[in-house]
Amino acid sequence: GAGQDVGRSCILVSIAGKNVMLDCGMHMGYNDDRRFPDFSYITQNGRLTDFLDCVIISHFHLDHCGALPYFSEMVGYDGPIYMTHPTKAICPILLEDYRKITVDKKGETNFFTSQMIKDCMKKVVAVHLHQTVQVDEELEIKAYYAGHVLGAAMFQIKVGCESVVYTGDYNMTPDRHLGAAWLDKCRPDLLITESTYATTIRDSKRCRERDFLKKVHETVERGGKVLIPVFALGRAQELCILLETFWERMNLKAPIYFSTGLTEKANHYYKLFITWTNQKIRKTFVQRNMFEFKHIKAFDRAFADNPGPMVVFATPGMLHAGQSLQIFRKWAGNEKNMVIMPGYCVQGTVGHKILSGQRKLEMEGRQILEVKMQVEYMSFSAHADAKGIMQLIRQAEPRNVLLVHGEAKKMEFLKQKIEQEFHVSCFMPANGETTTILTNPCIPVDISLGLLKRETAIGAAPDAKRPRLMHGTLLMKDNSFRLVSPEQALKELGLAEHQLRFTCRVHIQDPRKEHETVLRVYNHLKGVLKDYSVQHLPDGSITVESILIQATAHSEDQGTKVLLVSWTYQDEELGSYLTSLLKKGLPQSTP
Amino acid sequence: MAAHLKKRVYEEFTKVVQQQHEDLSTKKLRLTKPSKSAALHVDLCKATSPADALQYLLQFARKPVEVESVEGVVRILLEHYYKENDASVRLKIASLLGLLSKTVGFSPDCIVDDAINTLQNEKSHQVLAQLLDTLLVIGTKLPDNPSVRMRLVEVACKHLTDSSHGVRNKCLQLIGCLGPVEKGVAKEAESQAAKDVQKIIGDHFNDQDPRVRTAAIKAMLQLHERGLKLQQAIYSQACKLLADDYEQVRSAAVQLIWVLSQLYPESIVPIPSSNEEIRLVDDAFGKICHMVSDGSWVVRVQAAKLLGSMQQVSSHFLEQTLDKKLMSDLRRKRTAHERAKELYSSGEFSSGRKWGDDAPKEEIDTGAVNLIESGACGAFVHGLEDEMYEVRIAAVEALCMLAQSSPSFAEKCLDFLVDMFNDEIEEVRLQSIHTMRKISNNITLREDQLDTVLAVLEDSSRDIREALHELLCCTNVSTKEGIHLALVELLKNLTKYPTDRESIWKCLKFLGSRHSTLVLPLVPELLSTHPFFDTPEPDMDDPAYIAVLVLIFNAAKSCPTMPALFSDHTFRHYAYLRDSLSHLVPPLRLPGRKLVSSAVSPSITPHEDPSQQFLHQSLERVYNFQHLDPRGIQELLEFTIRDLQRLGELQSELAGMADFTATYLQCQLLLIKALQEKLWNVAAPLYLKQNALASAAAKQILAETYKMEFMYSGVESRQVVIIHHMRLQAKALQLIVTARTTRGVEPLFGMCEKFLQEVDSFQRCFISELPHMQGSFVDKLLDLMPRLVTSKPSEVVKILQTTLRQSTFLHLPLPEQLHRATANIIEPTGESDNPLRFTSGLVVALDVDATLEHVQDPQGTVKVQVLYPDGQAQLIHPKPADFRNPGPGRHRLITQVYLSHTAWTEPCQIEVRLLLAYNSNRSKASSRAPKSTWSESLEALPPPENGIEGTIPFSKPVKVYIMPKPARR
Repeated sequence: GAGQDVGRSCILVSIAGKNVMLDCGMHMGYNDDRRFPDFSYITQNGRLTDFLDCVIISHFHLDHCGALPYFSEMVGYDGPIYMTHPTKAICPILLEDYRKITVDKKGETNFFTSQMIKDCMKKVVAVHLHQTVQVDEELEIKAYYAGHVLGAAMFQIKVGCESVVYTGDYNMTPDRHLGAAWLDKCRPDLLITESTYATTIRDSKRCRERDFLKKVHETVERGGKVLIPVFALGRAQELCILLETFWERMNLKAPIYFSTGLTEKANHYYKLFITWTNQKIRKTFVQRNMFEFKHIKAFDRAFADNPGPMVVFATPGMLHAGQSLQIFRKWAGNEKNMVIMPGYCVQGTVGHKILSGQRKLEMEGRQILEVKMQVEYMSFSAHADAKGIMQLIRQAEPRNVLLVHGEAKKMEFLKQKIEQEFHVSCFMPANGETTTILTNPCIPVDISLGLLKRETAIGAAPDAKRPRLMHGTLLMKDNSFRLVSPEQALKELGLAEHQLRFTCRVHIQDPRKEHETVLRVYNHLKGVLKDYSVQHLPDGSITVESILIQATAHSEDQGTKVLLVSWTYQDEELGSYLTSLLKKGLPQSTP
Repeated sequence: MAAHLKKRVYEEFTKVVQQQHEDLSTKKLRLTKPSKSAALHVDLCKATSPADALQYLLQFARKPVEVESVEGVVRILLEHYYKENDASVRLKIASLLGLLSKTVGFSPDCIVDDAINTLQNEKSHQVLAQLLDTLLVIGTKLPDNPSVRMRLVEVACKHLTDSSHGVRNKCLQLIGCLGPVEKGVAKEAESQAAKDVQKIIGDHFNDQDPRVRTAAIKAMLQLHERGLKLQQAIYSQACKLLADDYEQVRSAAVQLIWVLSQLYPESIVPIPSSNEEIRLVDDAFGKICHMVSDGSWVVRVQAAKLLGSMQQVSSHFLEQTLDKKLMSDLRRKRTAHERAKELYSSGEFSSGRKWGDDAPKEEIDTGAVNLIESGACGAFVHGLEDEMYEVRIAAVEALCMLAQSSPSFAEKCLDFLVDMFNDEIEEVRLQSIHTMRKISNNITLREDQLDTVLAVLEDSSRDIREALHELLCCTNVSTKEGIHLALVELLKNLTKYPTDRESIWKCLKFLGSRHSTLVLPLVPELLSTHPFFDTPEPDMDDPAYIAVLVLIFNAAKSCPTMPALFSDHTFRHYAYLRDSLSHLVPPLRLPGRKLVSSAVSPSITPHEDPSQQFLHQSLERVYNFQHLDPRGIQELLEFTIRDLQRLGELQSELAGMADFTATYLQCQLLLIKALQEKLWNVAAPLYLKQNALASAAAKQILAETYKMEFMYSGVESRQVVIIHHMRLQAKALQLIVTARTTRGVEPLFGMCEKFLQEVDSFQRCFISELPHMQGSFVDKLLDLMPRLVTSKPSEVVKILQTTLRQSTFLHLPLPEQLHRATANIIEPTGESDNPLRFTSGLVVALDVDATLEHVQDPQGTVKVQVLYPDGQAQLIHPKPADFRNPGPGRHRLITQVYLSHTAWTEPCQIEVRLLLAYNSNRSKASSRAPKSTWSESLEALPPPENGIEGTIPFSKPVKVYIMPKPARR
């Protein structure tokens, strides 16, 4: 899932022989089988547990975790599921809510049960931020902060020296209750990033906040009522904090209500997981936990008819059913009131209709509802925009980028940009498509200490930044690599040492006697090779280190001397240099 | 301390007799007296294991060493150093060497060679690093010895190839601190390895260890600080370091780039991947802007801070920092700011655009969108939106500094600053309001911006509101609607927070006088006058009405047509307000009511020169009175004092000066009166009356001198010496009086000695000023000093009496600026008739709000005193955080005073006043040496009680009605 698509995120990564499933979401748009990812794609026969090494859930939104009970309990998976602590706490609440709506309201059968959710949650292993978890000996994962919602995390998956970072959903601009996503320079082989806002660069959040607060404030001062339809988690808390601090700052008295139920439970967790929030909340919670709202109280149905100004947060966010719609119908007739839609509305919902400017709505029972109240739209989204995505890529410096969770057309643009700016290859596979990425795995090799010391002693001072040439023997034995000195290798393998010698003849035009020629060659070499030990042996030959040079007169032409140069394999470099030197001939000036 | 140390040494020696023999046998100890080194040596010889030795060294390190014995100790330590096998002990010895060479007064050149020698055979990296540190200390102690420094640098260069990062770190640090700065020195020592320090350090920019890289950059910065001109070639190296993996390196690199950009702003650097070239400062600016979106917040703060000080940047680069191209689905979108601007201009020119449509407009070319901006694009937009408030504050500060130097930038950044008024953290909001105030000369607020600004007036934080009032005082508003809006919001603020009254009135005063033409058309509406009907007369005590009037009257000052619009009662109210709130209501030239204004206005118009002249003339007259008879002198002094006091009342600018001199003359007058010969010659029984007068005079003079010394800001040493001189005279007078009244000589001895000590300390403190004091009391006294010391108390008294009488009157030179410290308690007002009731034994908090002017270091000196009716007095030290500093020379104290008392039968009034605590030890005379404010505040703060010698009340007392009720059973 999530390939060139938003919803039912589910990505399968095979890295160095390990299989990891990232997220297990559902699709909001479908009510049939298509709402869940097609798990048969993973493996046709055989259990999923055998095939998958682990499952990672990035955050608690249903499009990232909605199919989890189905996957683990109905399809069958018993391996570990990793998520952060807040996600683990809040996820079952949402799943239960989702189950209730599907089963109880829509009357669907063949759906997972409450017990299944519980069983599924038992398989979950919670992780902390920046904690490296060893899934097995080779596979390790590590969570990074992602912003977006409480407990959202990015995960680094690492096997050996190959690594993948999956971002989940993230937000690069901090907001009122969450900080910004952050990655260190981990240089993964592949970065899988969401790209919801691939083609958008957003304006400063301050203007939006200010507009929002101003509108609410003005309406309340006029004595009007403000309705804010929200979904229970995420943005709702953000807006609550925003209004709460504003009320605090401005000493306002008008009541703010929050529809009860699910939210209360969730708020409880928000209070607990203070460490996951932003700087301000973390710093001030000693005096007062920001989520212990002073001005925001629980809503009761009867309050809607109370006179005087008030602000009400009600679910659901698109005004298609439930409490928010009820309140909307009550208040729509008064032009003093206002409704603020803080998010996107699906076509066909009341929210979408009023946003598109419709002032007369047909409700059930052929009633016509005239909307006199003001309708405002405020976008408070917690996804990174194009700049944010680029910034994250810059931080992480990946070798490849893969885009998911976005629309194909928009991805295209971003892909082109990424390739242009960072010169890394970028992929955007569709659902069901597999992308193969070549990596340059580095293979660690053990080196014997003696060899290392010997080799480092030669040549210049150590400089770890630069690669170095070393001589040794690579020994592949028992599935491990070792670099040892040749002697040791021979000993270990029980082989006798063969000596390899190269010989070469060089002809020199020199009419003098042999030993004179030798002397000339000796002087010449002595002059050129100052750093080497050049010796003139009594038997008329010259040695340069281990290289032997002998001169004999040519059998046919006495004026030509034949120099026999012989060197061992180890001195190949010096030997070939010598021959080329001798081939150039001796300097004429020497007497 | 020294005595104590010696004792310790002797103790050691008496305890272990055998060891002493050992000592004597060793040749090393050729010291004349058993000193610290001997004791240490004993200890170290005793040590059986490294742990023991370490213990001894640790103990030894706790005690200071006298200067004379440092060298000996060092020798002993070195000796042990060579013997010691354990690295940890050697490490400790090395660190002790460093500590010892820091000893004040010890010149370490004698141990340089030894210290360098120790390096040679050292294997342990840690010890090496520590030794290099010691060398650094030695080097810094010898600033005028280039050859030693060169040697040290050379040694450091040698160890640069060490494999431990610690050693390399220290080497670089040493090179940075000691490396030759002038080229000439380097040339002399050309033969040595340390030729080009910059190159050596630069080579380590690519070290494998990030700590060493950081140290290299820091060393480079150190060289820069010491005055070496860095080479431009480093710039490209530094740019590469910006992409380092480690935050310390990046942070240091940003600094280095900044330094280079200040050194070579105009040189040209090429842009990679294109043929263009730009100025270096622009390039550096772009790079630092880029760092504002770095992954580490430390670097972000650093970058944001440095941006502010890059003022040579070209304007188009500067403006890019605020630019962030918005797009939505690949279509160009205008920012909310642009929309707001358009909205505003559409109102003016009616361009026909719809209000507030944010539909994305033109399609943008996908190729033209540059997502990773190479340069400065949007740096501030990011900085201001940062997660950490430290970064945001740094960004606001930088904006402020840049805007101050560039008006066009100021105009552009306005929108962003206004946005910052809604930050979630109060400090950031406050900072941005202050910033706005600082740049307000360059800007005019648009109506929509004003709207946002004014919305903050409802903030519950008092600081924010007051900062905003200050801001409004100096902003320019463009339209009359703007003025109206501001007034309406301020009035709303007034009803919500009545305590802001003063501040709001003041704000409106400035608003009115700045925008008289804009106020004019609003007048009928504001005064709710009607062309035909008489409207009811508004309530004169309504703060809101007063606020409106303040605005209008101040506007009317520069707009003569305005009074024509006033109705009758307005004129009456003007007269009333002119009297009651004269600091807010200016004099107006009103038709037919000339009397009101003309009576007061002449005194207000500044006649600086005549009054200044008058001051000096009257003073001169006084100083030339020597030849007058005593009677005449007294009269003259009395008249002059009276004149000066009156002058101070009339001329606020000269008040400090006039009061100061008047006080001085008063002291002199008292002294003369007390010394009148007639009284001193009467018979013994009549002493009593004369004594009472003289001792009272002495006491008063003492009190006045303390006032003169501590209550005025701007007092210079010339004045201080004269004040002290006067105090000395008063003390002499006291001594004389006591000598005449007390029987017996015993107590006098002590007093005489004390007095002589004071004379002595006076001489020491003001030795440089003494030549100016010819013929004065102290001058004569010092001449007689040898005699005084040896003579009996009765003789001393006699001498003093004659010298006092004969001494001349010292001329008091006036400083440039002299201000008297004043305090005004705003709250409690003392008008309330309702007693503050509380249960006895418990506490009640009383809010105190006061403005202080010309108080230096209010945190240390200002105290609150509460006087209960039973005479009980309580001194309260306000917290340092309770003081705000709204402007130069002004402070504001907002604090809570806790009151408690046992039950009373009926409510009664207590007095609250502010006191200025002083301490002559900490006075200007003794702490004249330049001392950093930091250390001063440190020493003043911890136990405030210790530093207080006396207090001077400097505010009018305010009465508070309280009623402690008995506790109910």
